Amino acid sequence: MTGTAWAWLVLLFPLLGSIVIALGYRALPRKAAGMIGTAAIGLSFACGIAALIGLLGDEPEARHHASSLWDYASVAGLDIKLGIYLDQLSVFMVLVVTGVSTLIHLYSYGYMQSDQGYHRFFSYLNFFVFSMLLLVLAGNFVLLIVGWAFVGFASYALISFWYRRETATRAGMKAFVINVVGDIGLVLAAFLIFRELGSFDYGEVFEKAPEVFTTNEWTITAICLLLLVGAFAKSAQLPLHTWLPDAMEGPTPVSSLIHAATMVTAGVYLIARTHVLFALAPTAADIAAFVGLATLLVAATIALVVTDLKRAIAYSTMSQIGYMVVGVSIGAYGAGMFHLMTHAFFKALLFMAAGSIIAAMANEQNIDRMGGFAKAMRFTSITMLCGALALAAFPLTSGFFSKDEILAYAGARGGMYLVFVVLGYFGAFLTAIYTFRLIFRVLGGEPCPEARELIETGHVHHAEPRNPATGEPEDTDVGFPGPEHHIAEHSAPMRVAMAVLAFLALVGGLIQIPGVNNVVADFLDPAFEGPVLAHVHPSIAWDWIGLAIGGAISLLGIWAAHWLYVANPERPRALERRFQGLHDFLFRKWYFDEAIDFLVVRPALAIGRFANRVFERFVVDGLVSGTEGTVRGTSGVVRAVQNGFVRSYALLLIAGFAGLALYFLLSAS
Amino acid sequence: MSIEWYIVLSSLLFATGVLGILLRRSPMVILLCLELMLNAGNLALVAFSRMVGNEQGQVFAVIVMVIAACEVVVGLGLIVAIFRRRLPLNVDDLRELRG
Repeated sequence: MTGTAWAWLVLLFPLLGSIVIALGYRALPRKAAGMIGTAAIGLSFACGIAALIGLLGDEPEARHHASSLWDYASVAGLDIKLGIYLDQLSVFMVLVVTGVSTLIHLYSYGYMQSDQGYHRFFSYLNFFVFSMLLLVLAGNFVLLIVGWAFVGFASYALISFWYRRETATRAGMKAFVINVVGDIGLVLAAFLIFRELGSFDYGEVFEKAPEVFTTNEWTITAICLLLLVGAFAKSAQLPLHTWLPDAMEGPTPVSSLIHAATMVTAGVYLIARTHVLFALAPTAADIAAFVGLATLLVAATIALVVTDLKRAIAYSTMSQIGYMVVGVSIGAYGAGMFHLMTHAFFKALLFMAAGSIIAAMANEQNIDRMGGFAKAMRFTSITMLCGALALAAFPLTSGFFSKDEILAYAGARGGMYLVFVVLGYFGAFLTAIYTFRLIFRVLGGEPCPEARELIETGHVHHAEPRNPATGEPEDTDVGFPGPEHHIAEHSAPMRVAMAVLAFLALVGGLIQIPGVNNVVADFLDPAFEGPVLAHVHPSIAWDWIGLAIGGAISLLGIWAAHWLYVANPERPRALERRFQGLHDFLFRKWYFDEAIDFLVVRPALAIGRFANRVFERFVVDGLVSGTEGTVRGTSGVVRAVQNGFVRSYALLLIAGFAGLALYFLLSAS
Repeated sequence: MSIEWYIVLSSLLFATGVLGILLRRSPMVILLCLELMLNAGNLALVAFSRMVGNEQGQVFAVIVMVIAACEVVVGLGLIVAIFRRRLPLNVDDLRELRG
């Protein structure tokens, strides 16, 4: 079989899994549903590897294949095929998505065990993986948009998975609306591309673009900026990021899969995929890079003060995606995609560990109430520490190599791009602090009552489920983490998933060490042929200097976190009091929600109210009742003739006939 | 005899029928006047037939008679039904089907 045939199978299995589980939810036992869901993604991953092997059989320059099943739409000069595009970039994304998804399905198999909506959960999860794979494998912009919208829907469905929880349904709506803003950007970009180049097909578009556009022409800049709107909404970059922290209302495996490892990196993939266009619009690329930089700093500062465990990790996700956006926007494609991969490993792992701890806390998410889990949950603590070390870029872990590579590339471009180096390292310093703030607060310190219960009786704390955001009692009918809480220590599938990811988080970076090996970038490089943003390659010496600085900053950050949160637990509180204004500013997330509410939501509501009161009442209602009045008046006249007197009917009939006869007689003579 | 006399007689009969329908209120009389109109038509048909010299007009006259017979059956049936339901035998009072 060829590589593309395997790629079609990659798409097929999750779709089948989703349909089978959805249709068979009455007949299938819980275990079977979970196994089918996990196996479907596992098979998909195997097919992804087969596609990779097929691709490796070709010459590096010839490693791109398009394949289509049938015409999707063929009208008026448009020829859209249901086609996929298999090259290094898409196969890389396929492997990351299916690989991490398999492990997260395995984790969910244990974690969601007592949830009433078990079948629904796996069906949605498989559908999400299918949509994501469609997004990365699509061979033209139309299918890309289809996949893009599908993942938006899957994300919505999974955020509001516990649909009796009002905060969850609200968060789902928010995510969906903001994602639709992004969809509009993407659709408009596709329109412009079609108008200028006459095609939606990747191959054709990327071939024609350098001939049609001159660098920084306004059309190509507009196209790239519209693409960026889509990318920013999906990847939670400023100012379209506010949905991501709220998305943590969904079950923890969802946060792990969709809102950390895969979906939110779709924007990064989009920028990398359309690198030819961005190479023609360096201004747009620079804007993207600066937005990424701003996001990584803003998110990192917020993560320093957030007290909700999952939301803190969510802000860290935003921040790390900021690094990736910077990477792919300054031309460091290999490094950006490498960071995407390592981030998928350690962030999925951190969420899994957080899920395990939240389960042990009986759904309490406030880190102020946690503590001492290092003794209570040894396995979870060790894996969480692995993830945290990778996130904080501790020397020789995966995040250490990937993050510094992006910054080294920025440094090699020099000039204005040195800003990225300086602020990027500052962001890395903040990253190390907030990561180890979580570690010291949650794992270290005095055991909280829940942890003590676990240590002393080996029994997971149980409480009536309550919404962590509002404190309302939960409705467990439609599924909620259920009356039982599942922690990694008691569930083998969860342990397997976390152990594999912990291993990858620690050593995953060793496949790309400057001067030693360069697996990911070498594999991906031919996919980024064609016009490029810059011809630079950081020298190996600079790479290592960057790594040394990065390692030092990471250690410094961890030390700072220790100094703040362990050495003297009163210190953070004292700082809070001293810088009350700053703390409030960060705690309220830079007032982004309030600003969007003031600038967008309220004006939109006011316009809506005005339209309802004036336009609807007078114009639309006027048209409708005017038409109705005319018809009623005319029919009243006609109805008067039907008075029920037989003799008047006869008179009308006779008069009519007489009139007709007279007319014909007169006209004949 | 020339054709005019026949036509004049036919027209007079027809006009009598029309006036009867328009002026009288009893359904019975209206039915009779309808018959009068039909037979005025028949007279004209037969007269024209003799003038032209073939039988087509007479054939039409016979068909009109058949139809008139059918119509009388329906009409009388209606009148009997009205009478049996003790409704007034006055077309001006029977106007429930007005719009």
